[in-house]
Amino acid sequence: MPFLSGVRAAPSVSTSGEAANPWFSWDYVQDNWADLQKAFVDHVLLSVETVVIGLLVAFPLAILAHRYHRLAAPVLGISGVLYTIPSLALFAFLVPLDAFGPNRRTVLFGLVMYALLVLVRNILTGLEGVPEDVREAAKGMGYGRARLLWQVEVPVALPTIMAGVRVATVSTVALVTVGVVVGYGGLGGLILRGFQNNFYRAEILTASVLTVALGLTFDVLLAGATRLMTPWSRGRGA
Amino acid sequence: MTVPMNALGDAFVWLNDPLNYQGSTGVPYLTYEHLYITGFSVLIASVIALPLALALGHTGRGGGLTVVVSNVSRAIPTLALLTIFAATSIGFGNRATIIALAVFAIPPLLTNTYVGVREVDRDVVEAARGMGLSGRSVLLRVELPLAVPLIAAGFRTATVQVVATATLAALVGGGGLGRIITDGFGQQDQPQILAGGILVALLALVTEGVLALVQRSVTPGRERPRVLRRRAALDTSAEVA
Repeated sequence: MPFLSGVRAAPSVSTSGEAANPWFSWDYVQDNWADLQKAFVDHVLLSVETVVIGLLVAFPLAILAHRYHRLAAPVLGISGVLYTIPSLALFAFLVPLDAFGPNRRTVLFGLVMYALLVLVRNILTGLEGVPEDVREAAKGMGYGRARLLWQVEVPVALPTIMAGVRVATVSTVALVTVGVVVGYGGLGGLILRGFQNNFYRAEILTASVLTVALGLTFDVLLAGATRLMTPWSRGRGA
Repeated sequence: MTVPMNALGDAFVWLNDPLNYQGSTGVPYLTYEHLYITGFSVLIASVIALPLALALGHTGRGGGLTVVVSNVSRAIPTLALLTIFAATSIGFGNRATIIALAVFAIPPLLTNTYVGVREVDRDVVEAARGMGLSGRSVLLRVELPLAVPLIAAGFRTATVQVVATATLAALVGGGGLGRIITDGFGQQDQPQILAGGILVALLALVTEGVLALVQRSVTPGRERPRVLRRRAALDTSAEVA
């Protein structure tokens, strides 16, 4: 990653005035439209893939922990420890491995690991929170294990699960930027490029604002989706 | 799978090289720098968040504010704020890092302290009032002591998060142990990258362990399980680093 070398050497800061290095400039946006578009699309794809893969991994883990309670503590404990490890250190562990190296898969793997804790914990909390009466009623109506899970427990747990998906999504969008150390950081690549390009403020701020806006947009969309999926909980502040 | 083993061996060779323990790029100095950045960030965040959260919790106002603060802060990438501060007149380096990380340490402290004060048994508060304690005394002598376990939980979450995010400062010219990793990436030095990763992960896990013990020691036995469970629900207010 040659672009990371020599970061500590002080870049000369222009002190000739704010106008020389504005925080926002349409010229910047127009001149770098292609770069912005590519970084944005990369960022969206990395975020969406992370949450989708995260859910595919988290669901079986949470269901196992829900069915076999002895597994709950180790599953949550291990994902808690992984969550504590700083992302930069995680990428440092993954890059030397044959199976990873400095590529997109490494970033995706790291992001999924961080999303897991929130997803598993919320799915498990949601499933555990299903009232026993509801479960008994479903069993009394002849529901088998699988139907009980997918048609009763998961729908009832949906508000809690979706709360976890929202937290995981917003955190992931912010964390994608760190992928820049491996060369795949979406808008994070532009943030760091702006920094190394003599504190190019317009580039730093445009990419930062786009990242925050992307995270908050996902959050609003998922909040809307939750409302549509759980019409019964409307007006109860769930 | 022979290559990973070699990589690990090379990383330990790097960790055993006395040259890597000298001067301003040596492990001891960078560890000191990392802890110094962490300490100052958490201190600044505590000075701002604790009085505010105590006041809000005492009056019962601002519950919505704490939620909004932690939601919005989660959407802001740490790297973005570090870079933006580095590009202002604060200048890049440890000062910008400390301020940026303090901003992210505020939400967990704010949320946990607020909830800690709000969750104090209302009967206890009423009894204290009935005994003639002023509002200020109720806060300092009743609500604050009872909120200590949750404040400690918030402190732990905030500190561990700052230790983790402080590594990112190295990307924008800051110091700390992250330097070893970013310099390793810059020089394509695999053993150094891995050695840096080991040191950073170790520091984060040790911090987490030590503060977990601190939290336990200030939590009365009867309350332990309840508080720890609640902590699990609250620490989503932490930013992933």
